[in-house]
Amino acid sequence: MIRVNNRDEIEWEEGLTPAALLERMRYTFPHIIVTIDGEVVPPEEYATRPIPDGANVQLIHLIAGG
Amino acid sequence: MSEKTQATRRVLAEYTYEAPPVERGYTGQTLYVNLSDNTISAKPVTDVMKEKFIGGRGFGLWLLWHGVKDDTKWNDPENEIVISSGPIGGITQYPGSGKSLVVTISPLTDIVIDSNVGGHFGPLLKFAGWDGIEIQGKAEEEVIVVIDGVSGRVTIEEAPDAPVDTHLLGHWLIEQLAEKKEDRYFMSTVSAGSGAEHTRIGCLNFSLYDRKRKAPRFKQAGRGGIGTVFRDKRIKALVVRSGPVRGDSNHPADPERIARVGTRLHKEIHDYDDEQNRMRKRGTPYLVQIMDDYDLLPVHNFKFGSHSDTPKINGDVWEARFTQGLPDGCWYGCTMACSHAVDAYTVRTGPYKGQKVIVDGPEYETIAGVGSNCGIFNPDDILEINFYCDTYGIDTISFGTLTAFVMECYEAGILDKEKTGGLELTFGNGEAAIELLHQMGRGEGFGKIAGQGIRRMKEYFVSEYGADPQFLQDIGMEAKGLEYSEYVCKESLAQQGGYGLTNKGPQHDEAWLIFMDQVSNLLPTFEDKAEALHYFPMFRTWFGLVGHCKLPWNDIVPPDNRYTDEPAKIPEHVQNYVELFSAVTGREITKEDLIAQSEAVYNFQRVFNLRLGKGRREHDAIPYRSQGPVTVEEYESRAERYDQQLREILGLDPEGMSTQEKMAALRKYREEQYERLKDAVYERRGWTPDGVPKLETLKRLGIDFPEVVAVVQKHL
Ligand code: SF4
Repeated sequence: MIRVNNRDEIEWEEGLTPAALLERMRYTFPHIIVTIDGEVVPPEEYATRPIPDGANVQLIHLIAGG
Repeated sequence: MSEKTQATRRVLAEYTYEAPPVERGYTGQTLYVNLSDNTISAKPVTDVMKEKFIGGRGFGLWLLWHGVKDDTKWNDPENEIVISSGPIGGITQYPGSGKSLVVTISPLTDIVIDSNVGGHFGPLLKFAGWDGIEIQGKAEEEVIVVIDGVSGRVTIEEAPDAPVDTHLLGHWLIEQLAEKKEDRYFMSTVSAGSGAEHTRIGCLNFSLYDRKRKAPRFKQAGRGGIGTVFRDKRIKALVVRSGPVRGDSNHPADPERIARVGTRLHKEIHDYDDEQNRMRKRGTPYLVQIMDDYDLLPVHNFKFGSHSDTPKINGDVWEARFTQGLPDGCWYGCTMACSHAVDAYTVRTGPYKGQKVIVDGPEYETIAGVGSNCGIFNPDDILEINFYCDTYGIDTISFGTLTAFVMECYEAGILDKEKTGGLELTFGNGEAAIELLHQMGRGEGFGKIAGQGIRRMKEYFVSEYGADPQFLQDIGMEAKGLEYSEYVCKESLAQQGGYGLTNKGPQHDEAWLIFMDQVSNLLPTFEDKAEALHYFPMFRTWFGLVGHCKLPWNDIVPPDNRYTDEPAKIPEHVQNYVELFSAVTGREITKEDLIAQSEAVYNFQRVFNLRLGKGRREHDAIPYRSQGPVTVEEYESRAERYDQQLREILGLDPEGMSTQEKMAALRKYREEQYERLKDAVYERRGWTPDGVPKLETLKRLGIDFPEVVAVVQKHL
């Protein structure tokens, strides 16, 4: 289990990455900052950086709206 | 400007002047035009105006305050329309620096409305010698007002031959008033249309001349019925003409500093726009699919947040329809260039059927408002409505939101074919929506009733058709009398405040907090929400003081923004604004000063609302549709979400509860939350629990002028 945005409990699975997590949550906004246990993940590592079980992940969406 | 013989133009009043040079973003004077007695004069811009009100919306509020009385209504002659850009407005080195701000007393809300608009009018007005224009009075006959900075002449003229609808009038004015081809480049017009005079949702169209398309284009000051006031004053158009715009026309204190900041942002847009929002290719329609993905796109009068047909009207569709490769900026130097258009659209209904026209936009708000919110997923219907709204001078947002309301009333049996004069206004009926719009243009039939806006329709449906007032109050998406803009905010308490705790009514230009709050959970406490509802409205107000566009603030983001302390604020861009203001005006400011500048104007506007009999806690009420599910259908469509909230937040077991019981429990909780939010926000803003700015707040902000204090004291 991982905790997302200090609120949502999400099932963990082996090989889970930020890219897979964003897809699973249908988070399609282009400006999302990902942190794993407080560390910012560079976007080029979204597809490769493993998210460990029990991690505290933040998927921070910047402001949108016209 | 030459006067062509083919059209009758009779000069009623004339004023000659010598345009002063612009110094550090200001000309030092505003233009006053009274249409009742045909007087024209210049007013000095005082130090207090520059110091406390900065420009743009600030100037507008200050001039309007002194022009009206406590009991002035929107259609009284002393109501004014004030247009001003701001000190940064007119620079060409930083994207988004050419906006105009318009204020007036609104026919929808009976308080001040402000609207931020592109097009060239505001900056050209400055280069023609004026920091703003203030129009008071009502003309006896239809007039145009011409401000010619080149010859130094302002005239009020009768122009009986001039058409009223914008797409015709724009061309007519160019033909009549541009002597040489180049004149049209530095000329801009403001106009409304026939729909603005028959409804309360009239908008203004601000033109720019598109050199590539060789035609005028129009950007809209949409919200709050400013176009209705304009037509009530019997104005067909304002026209301004200046000499050629140059890089230094705004005569800033430190041009190199501006160039440095500008170059950085141009590069950012160039390097990252394609991978971020694709503003240069699709503009704000990129939001349509994203909002749908997050259940935030209004569907069927804000009942739902997504629809399976959204791909038919999303950004991909508009990217294919927009003419690509043209520099679609709404002011010189805007490399964000998001102001797209569909060219050679053949109008298929109404008085202009068969004409080939340019349709400006559609923007996200239009697509969501007249599209998904009305259940209309046909791009051609959206284009048809967009074109006619603009040329008739009707706000697409109010039109979309009120049509969605009418459609729900129709489906709920409050309206029927007999009451609508034969229009079958069900969700998804594009043809009926288009005909409703034509009725507004002609001032006929049910269109005339609908054009009064949701607040007045609610009263009418109750008194004439015996409709249930509570149901209408719940589903009518208006607050303060203004129709909501197009985001579903049921699951974001902060955004309910972002709409409800505003000065002018529910327009998202004060705060858009849905992602921060609902998705990212960055505002978990009331204090966090209150802080955001202090900072963001103040920050965003600032764009309207200086003549800036909001989009280059956060629709492009520097790649290292993610590593900053407060990424949501885009700190590098905030610093750019600090640099720009300091470089233009020569007044060094900090990012804290920027907020303080806005705060003074924002609080002044709140006091202005008090002066006009509104602006207290009760006036910040919002409809329940913006807070939670009103109908069983809505609840059940998202039952898993709501049941979970009942369990986790309220400790209730939804098993065994009827849907009605569950809805009632949820409603009680959510309505209490909104009241608690009000308390927190008022306290953070330095207001009393009744929403009145405290005297110490006015003092701290330096706006404790005797007449301001006198208004507030009545409510303490
Ligand atoms: S970002 Fe878009 S709306 Fe803003 S000034 Fe530029 S073109 Fe106009």
